[in-house]
Amino acid sequence: MSTAYTAARTSVRTAAILTLFALAFTAAMALTYQFTKPDIDAAVAEVKRKLIAEVLPPTAYDNPLLSDTVAVGATRELGLDEGGTVYRARRGGEPVALIVEARAPDGYGGAIDLIVAVRADGSLSGVRATQHKETPGLGDYIDPRKDPNKTAPWIGQFVGQSLDTVPAAQWQPRKDGGRFDSRAGATISARAVIAAVARALTWTAAHRERLFDARTGTHLDAPQGGPTQ
Amino acid sequence: MSLFNREAWHNGLWKQNPGLVQLLGLCPILAVSTTMVNAVSLGVATIVVMALANLGVAVLRNFIPYEIRIPVFILVIASLVTVVDLLFNAYLHELYLVLGIFIPLIVTNCIVLARIEAFAAKNNPLASTVDGIAQGVGLLWVLAVLGAMRELIGAGTVFGGIDLIVDGASAIRLLGDDYPGFLIAILPPGAFFALGCLIAAYNWLNARATQRKHTAPVATPDDAVAEA
Repeated sequence: MSTAYTAARTSVRTAAILTLFALAFTAAMALTYQFTKPDIDAAVAEVKRKLIAEVLPPTAYDNPLLSDTVAVGATRELGLDEGGTVYRARRGGEPVALIVEARAPDGYGGAIDLIVAVRADGSLSGVRATQHKETPGLGDYIDPRKDPNKTAPWIGQFVGQSLDTVPAAQWQPRKDGGRFDSRAGATISARAVIAAVARALTWTAAHRERLFDARTGTHLDAPQGGPTQ
Repeated sequence: MSLFNREAWHNGLWKQNPGLVQLLGLCPILAVSTTMVNAVSLGVATIVVMALANLGVAVLRNFIPYEIRIPVFILVIASLVTVVDLLFNAYLHELYLVLGIFIPLIVTNCIVLARIEAFAAKNNPLASTVDGIAQGVGLLWVLAVLGAMRELIGAGTVFGGIDLIVDGASAIRLLGDDYPGFLIAILPPGAFFALGCLIAAYNWLNARATQRKHTAPVATPDDAVAEA
C-alpha cells in the first residue's frame, strides 16, 4: 500500500514539476516567436522580392508586383498540390510577364520548388529554384547560388527559350535526347527541373489571358460569383 | 573558474574533443561538412546552443529532480534550439536559409545532452557556460577542418558559398580551374573517410607526445587519451 502511495505521490509531484518547466519554456518560445515574427515576415518578403528580381528585372514592370497576384488552386500541371500564387507584371497596364510558382515533384531529394517567369510572348524570362533538397555539391547546381559555374549558371539556359524555340518533346536533358544541358552525375535534378519548366510553360500559355484578366487577389479556380470588373 | 580556464579549454579543444574523441556529434559532422562555410556556420549555431543550454541547466540544476532530469534537459535543449532557430530566421535570414534543416537537428546532437549530463548538472553556471563554449569550439574546429578537407578534395575549392554570408566574396579555387572534382569526398562516405583520417592523425599525434614524455628524464603519467 505504502509503495503505491509513494509511487502515486512521486508521479504527481514530478509531473507537476515537469509541467512547470514545460510551461516556462513554452512561454519563452512563444515570446521569442511573437518578438521575431515581424522581422521574419519582413525577411521572407525581402527574399521574395530579391528572388523575383532575379527572374524579371524590376525595370521591366511598373505595377506593385508583390500585391498584383491571383491565387491558383491545386494545379497538377504546376505540381502544386496545395495551390500557389501567380504574380502579374504589367507596364502601363499592358501585360509584361507572369511569374508562376511551380514544383518539380521528382527531384533526387524530393520536390523542387521553382518560380518561373514567362513573358507575355511565351518566352522564359528566368527560372529559379526556391527550395530543394538536392545533394549538396552534386545536384544542387540547379540553384545558381550553389552552382560552381558562376559565369554561366546551369539555370540560365532557360532564358529566352519558349515552346516555339524548343518543341515540347525536346524539353529534356541532352542525355535523354533533349535540348538542355545537365551536369555529369546528377541528371535526375536537371531532368525534374526541365520537365517542370516545360509543364509550367504549357500551362501558362493555355491560361495567359485568364490569368492577366482576373481581378487582383481572386482565386482562379474558384467559381466567380457576382459581377466581375 | 574563469572564462580562460585552461582545463575546460584543453578538454574541449583536444583531450575530450567532441568530434574526435567523444564522437558525439556525428549527425552534423556527416551531414554539413560538405563545405567549410556550412560546417563553420553550423558550428557557430551549436556553440550558441551549447553555451545557453549549459548555462540554463546549471542555473536550474537545484530545481530539477534527479528522476526526471533527462526530460527536463531535452525540454531545455529543444526550447533553446527553437529560440535560436527563430532568431537566425529573423536576423540572419540568409544564413538561416543555408543551414535550413540543420539548426533544428542540433536538438539531436548528442554532444549537447552529453555535456549537460556530464558537466552542467553538477557545476556552477559560469563554469558550465565555459564548458559549453569550449566543447562547442572543439566541435567547430573539427567541423571546419573536415569541411575544408572534403570541399578541397571534392570540388577543389575552399570557402565555397561564402557569398551567402559575405556579399561579393567568392570561393577560392586551390586546385586549378580544370580540377574535375572527386565526388566521393562530398558524398556521405567521404565524411567517414575524412573523419577516420582526422582521428588517425589525432591518435598519432597523441601517441608521439606520450612517447616523448616517456623517453624524457622526468616521466609523467600517461593520460590514456589515445585509447578513447
